[in-house]
Amino acid sequence: MTADSRTPEPHAVVPIDPSLAPPGTRAFRDAGGIPADRWHADQNGETLVPTHCCFCGVQCGMYLRVDRGGKVFGVEPRNHDINRMRLCPKGVNAYQQVNHPDRLTAPLMRRSRDEPLREVSWDEALDFTVAEIRRIQQAYGNDAFGLLGGASLFSEKTYLVGKFARVALKTRHVDYNGRLCMVSAAGANKLAFNIDRAGNPFSDILLTDCLLIAGSNVGECFPVMTQYVWGARDRGATLIVIDPRETAVARTADIHVALKPGTDSAFFNSVLNVVVEEGLTDEAYLAAHATGWEEVRAKAAEYPPSRAAEICGIPAEQIVQVARAFGRAPKAMAWHARGIEHHSQGVENCLTVINLCTATGNIGKPGAGYGTITGQGNGQGGREHGQKSDLLPGGRSINNEEHRRQICEIWGIEESELPPAGTSMMEMVWQMQRREIRGLIGICNNPFVSLPNYRVVKEGYDATEFHAQFDFFLSETAANAHVVFPVTSWAEDDGVMANAEARVVKHNKAQEPPPGVRTDTWVMCELARRLGAGDKFAFTSSREVFDELRIASAGTVNDYYGITYERLEETGGIAWPCPSTDHPGTPRLFEDGKTYHPDGKIHLQVVEWHPPMDPYDDEHPMTLTTGRTVAHFLSGNQTRRLGALVEQTPRPWAEVHPSHGFRNGEPVRVVTRRGSEVFPALVTEAIRPDTVFIPYHWPVPTAANALTIDALDPRSKIPEYKVCACRIEHAERIDEVPAPPVAPGHVAYPETQVSRTDPLPPTSPQGRGTSERS
Amino acid sequence: MMGRTIFIDPGRCIGCQACVSACRECDSHRGKSMIHLDYTDEGQSVASLPTVCMHCEDPVAPCAEVCPADAILVTADGVVQQADTTRCIGCANCVNACPFGVPKIDLQAKLQLKCNLCYDRTAYGLAPMCATVCPTGALFYGTAEELQAERPGVQVADSFVFGESEVRTGVAMVVPADRVQWPVPGGLPVVEINGKDVRR
Ligand code: SF4
Ligand code: SF4
Repeated sequence: MTADSRTPEPHAVVPIDPSLAPPGTRAFRDAGGIPADRWHADQNGETLVPTHCCFCGVQCGMYLRVDRGGKVFGVEPRNHDINRMRLCPKGVNAYQQVNHPDRLTAPLMRRSRDEPLREVSWDEALDFTVAEIRRIQQAYGNDAFGLLGGASLFSEKTYLVGKFARVALKTRHVDYNGRLCMVSAAGANKLAFNIDRAGNPFSDILLTDCLLIAGSNVGECFPVMTQYVWGARDRGATLIVIDPRETAVARTADIHVALKPGTDSAFFNSVLNVVVEEGLTDEAYLAAHATGWEEVRAKAAEYPPSRAAEICGIPAEQIVQVARAFGRAPKAMAWHARGIEHHSQGVENCLTVINLCTATGNIGKPGAGYGTITGQGNGQGGREHGQKSDLLPGGRSINNEEHRRQICEIWGIEESELPPAGTSMMEMVWQMQRREIRGLIGICNNPFVSLPNYRVVKEGYDATEFHAQFDFFLSETAANAHVVFPVTSWAEDDGVMANAEARVVKHNKAQEPPPGVRTDTWVMCELARRLGAGDKFAFTSSREVFDELRIASAGTVNDYYGITYERLEETGGIAWPCPSTDHPGTPRLFEDGKTYHPDGKIHLQVVEWHPPMDPYDDEHPMTLTTGRTVAHFLSGNQTRRLGALVEQTPRPWAEVHPSHGFRNGEPVRVVTRRGSEVFPALVTEAIRPDTVFIPYHWPVPTAANALTIDALDPRSKIPEYKVCACRIEHAERIDEVPAPPVAPGHVAYPETQVSRTDPLPPTSPQGRGTSERS
Repeated sequence: MMGRTIFIDPGRCIGCQACVSACRECDSHRGKSMIHLDYTDEGQSVASLPTVCMHCEDPVAPCAEVCPADAILVTADGVVQQADTTRCIGCANCVNACPFGVPKIDLQAKLQLKCNLCYDRTAYGLAPMCATVCPTGALFYGTAEELQAERPGVQVADSFVFGESEVRTGVAMVVPADRVQWPVPGGLPVVEINGKDVRR
């Protein structure tokens, strides 16, 4: 081909929706893109509804493609600030769950667990539920009924969960599955800064000179964040990854510290030790902005690299390298996730990271700060408005009299009616086991897969006299319930979520719910009405709930007052605190050098490393650690039904080092003090020889969480998913992966639409012949 | 090389297969992905790299050259199209001819399917689906200048050597700077690949 023939003929410019075009497309169009007539295809008449991905805490912007009949049928990337068109495979396939054949479309009910679930009318299901709530509460007291919410719910709904529990059920027992997610980071941030969120926006990653990622497999769990990580690397930033596995991001890091799981605080104390030794601390910053530095420095002195290297199972030089890279960088940042948070000292691990950032003066500046990477879409927003056992809306403490009074005023109840703090999710399961909690409603969660120590969880749920579950698929947990309410998916209602940057984004309704399906808001309000609290729950839309939430958060640190639906649609997201409707929001915290403590200082905390709760012995010499895989989300209730994702990762595996003599695919039995399960071995040098990794998205008999320990961090009450003692053995065979509780029915792709009779491939250039919903 | 094309940067690929899923969403072959992901060094490393149609320029599209039915069209801007459904006889000659293993045959439909650089999108100024969603930028759509502006110092190559033959492609690959040898006509450098130094 000659050079000339490659230069396209000048051509009329085709108007395209600029929000759909990738950066720089003008140049292409001006040079004459060639839309031959036959490629014009606006026959679909589709509508693009701007919204966000329902899954992780990145909250990628996307358009849902809606056909003329008003049904979601596809996805189109969206040039949103957060993700700039990017999506991970979960995001690309998410739309398929909206009209999935497994969707529940009628309430299911049974009076005892011996019977099968059968379809009933809404009235029957609601009446039975209300009768059971009344019976249990009259017999055993209000606190014998519990409510467990979820962090995939919109913030409006999480606000309602908290209000419903305290005002309609009048129980102290309410908690949510975000308890399994980032509460350790939340606890640490509260202690140090008195504000519970990441300090910097993702875009600051692009400005940093040294990026430290601790305990986060960014490539698989937050894939879209990698563009920021690679962007930092392109600009010459040093990349440090702390992870027992060589993940895709660790593979390309300047320093990869493959430490032994459960030793993070020893490591970070030691890094601080070297930072101090080498004079890399910012003493002026510490003197002006922090308290507790003397004590923290003294503790760090007890962790010389030689000692920490032994605890962490790494070369001491690596500690020195990390300290120098982080300490000498003009601007350094640390992001962490479940890898350091899912521990019985999760809060403390996060505190050691904060200590390091503060000691080096890396707080509250562009390109310098700290952040936690939220696992669930609304892991951040999910606890801000009262769904957590100890929090009231606006992040107020339920133990604070002033806070209680403020909320009671908004809710129109007497302070004496507001229950005290309850217990955490795992503790509630223990209480169910002990029959202290006899009835339970679960909303948008699947503890049968997601909580540790499955046998305890099963026993707890089996011991309840009544269990209702809200979901749009029959999850493993819903299959155990007496009543299952079929509720809307994320594409069928409006609402907001707060992503890992604490940026509040708006999801827009793309289609009407299938017949028979109601919104979670409707179900909660209807239950409340039947329980006699209807006047407090007269909501007919998410917007009404949001407006009450805004008022309920006004004046707190978590101030949403200035955030309105209209502003969110205009701006693409606003980070809280945002106290007034002309306030731009707060993407970066502490720019004025002040934290949210009354003295405005960072409160540094002394941390002593202690070993994990499950001790090693001759029978259990190795470490089991768990995590996610890119194709699946949390308990897999949603992603284990989507064809492409199942094809990509059909089943779990156990990752083991070659030194154990397994061949790839051979059955390996992983044994802990709680049980044993068999997985195919994935033999790789990318893991420590003393560690085994299993992704946790599957139910028994291939459930990582049948093996994990239900030990909790004493402060955040997060379970210690990331480390327990185990051994591995050869096994005979691998148990089959159970099908999801309803017929397998995962979306089979339509046969290719190309047929011999089609004159041309059917095409529909996205963005042509489409209009955004106004 | 075309003005705007796909650049593949294996160093950034995290093996997430968003590209594979996104390719399935394309309206011209919905349900079938035209990309595959290769895992190099499995067991030793988590490295992966995506393969899309490389839109060979020289020799022009071996798949099109061998097609007995003249079903594979190469557009003026160098995009090697998927087979014309009215002409393709499903003989799989193209599958055998492609040095990169790209075209596929839908056995039921007796029809060839391959990546056509999302012509339905690129013609309107949109990036191909795979490069649009790729969360890491391992697949980048744009010009070499745009790529280099975003990633200072990045080096690309558009020539590949298979045994004795060299293939110059419309899609380019990001390569380590120290492997780049010298520029070739068209302003882009050639690199040693598949163990062979193409200078000799
Ligand atoms: S799962 Fe997370 S990274 Fe993937 S598309 Fe959704 S929000 Fe983005
Ligand atoms: S989407 Fe990008 S990062 Fe993911 S597998 Fe494809 S090329 Fe690699």
